[in-house]
Amino acid sequence: MIDKQVSSPAAAVSDVFDGATVMIGGFGNAGMPAELIDALIAHGSKGLTIVNNNAGNGETGLAALLKAGRVRKIVCSFPRQADSHHFDALYRAGKIELELVPQGNLALRIQAAGAGLGAVFTPTGYGTVLAEGKETRVIDGRHYVLEYPISADFALIKAHRGDRWGNLVYRKAARNFGPLMAAAAKCTVAQVDEVAPLGALDPEVIVTPGIFVNRVVSVPGTRNLPGAE
Amino acid sequence: MKRFSREELAARVASDIPEGSYVNLGIGLPTLVANFLPKDREIFLQSENGLLGMGPAPAKGEEDPDLINAGKQPVTLLTGGAYFHHGDSFAMMRGGHLDICVLGAFQVSETGDLANWHTGAPDAIPAVGGAMDLATGARHVYVMMDHITKTGEAKIVKKCTYPLTGIACVDRIYTDLAVIDVTREGLEVVEMVEGLAFEELQRMTAAPLARGDRKGAR
Repeated sequence: MIDKQVSSPAAAVSDVFDGATVMIGGFGNAGMPAELIDALIAHGSKGLTIVNNNAGNGETGLAALLKAGRVRKIVCSFPRQADSHHFDALYRAGKIELELVPQGNLALRIQAAGAGLGAVFTPTGYGTVLAEGKETRVIDGRHYVLEYPISADFALIKAHRGDRWGNLVYRKAARNFGPLMAAAAKCTVAQVDEVAPLGALDPEVIVTPGIFVNRVVSVPGTRNLPGAE
Repeated sequence: MKRFSREELAARVASDIPEGSYVNLGIGLPTLVANFLPKDREIFLQSENGLLGMGPAPAKGEEDPDLINAGKQPVTLLTGGAYFHHGDSFAMMRGGHLDICVLGAFQVSETGDLANWHTGAPDAIPAVGGAMDLATGARHVYVMMDHITKTGEAKIVKKCTYPLTGIACVDRIYTDLAVIDVTREGLEVVEMVEGLAFEELQRMTAAPLARGDRKGAR
């Protein structure tokens, strides 16, 4: 019997090694797997390359991982936020490397890795400093920039419900990068609000099929969700 | 001379958005446009983080941490709205499915180059988000900004000095003083605020302006 459930966030990240590339889902705090990040901090891996849309805000989640000094490089589209002070301080001190990627190219490059593509020609960024030194091509009169895939050793994502085969459904705008990252990592760990019995998730609405997921960890919701959900 | 207030400017932009449009409103000033969309038109607001049919802010106490906009503020979803992942969201932009995006700007050039993501200052932390994807992908790019900077410098220029977001991507510029189209022939003034002389507007603009034939027209 296949059961991808693991007992705890700690067990789910126990093999993250020093120097690993780790994708972390979420857009701001929506979809950020806070408990998996806390477990990663406790686990202690260093020299990580992190792929996320942002660079953490406030004191928790990704910001706490940065504060703990575990991140060598971050690949993201929007590091600067009102309360991104941990990233800001590390960046200004030259203690973290930043690869800034337009948000759509970030999504595309992650998708390309998951889909097994060698590279992708994208119009976004053409003629800007973020495309400097990159190969370009004119196709049907439009300018494109060649962008390479971003893959990872681990993806840590958050979904709403999952099952023991790793099928996932998300909740509202917390979906964001989750389905893309799940396909782009050697080992994808999903924390879910609830593990449902096999068959309870409607096959018509499963967003991430279990083939993309290696581990499922139940972390019952700690968010204050309004309404009946 | 009267200047458009932020609200008047937002209302002016909103009045140009036709029924049935799929629209992305950038962070900051453009977000205000949502408050002035004509109630008798169905317009679909897209949010890059995975919403189509985005609604207004929720009532106090009804905020949902999983339902936010691109500025990470709590929002709602209208009846008929949809959620999707980032791949689909940016396919909507890049694939030319989004009719209009409204963006703020530091500078716009006479050929429609846009600079709105980075001042290039050595101590500034760069952040680009979805600006380049929107500027490059949306079928119509509207810029909404003050006509001149707080220190009096022109923001409409011959060539942008700030790092570019996109090349020849802006179609129309809405400022607190005028509405200006970017055409193949150059910048064309569509409208000016009451009491402003064309020559005065030209003095505050660092690229040649032409009087549009469609002055006052929508």
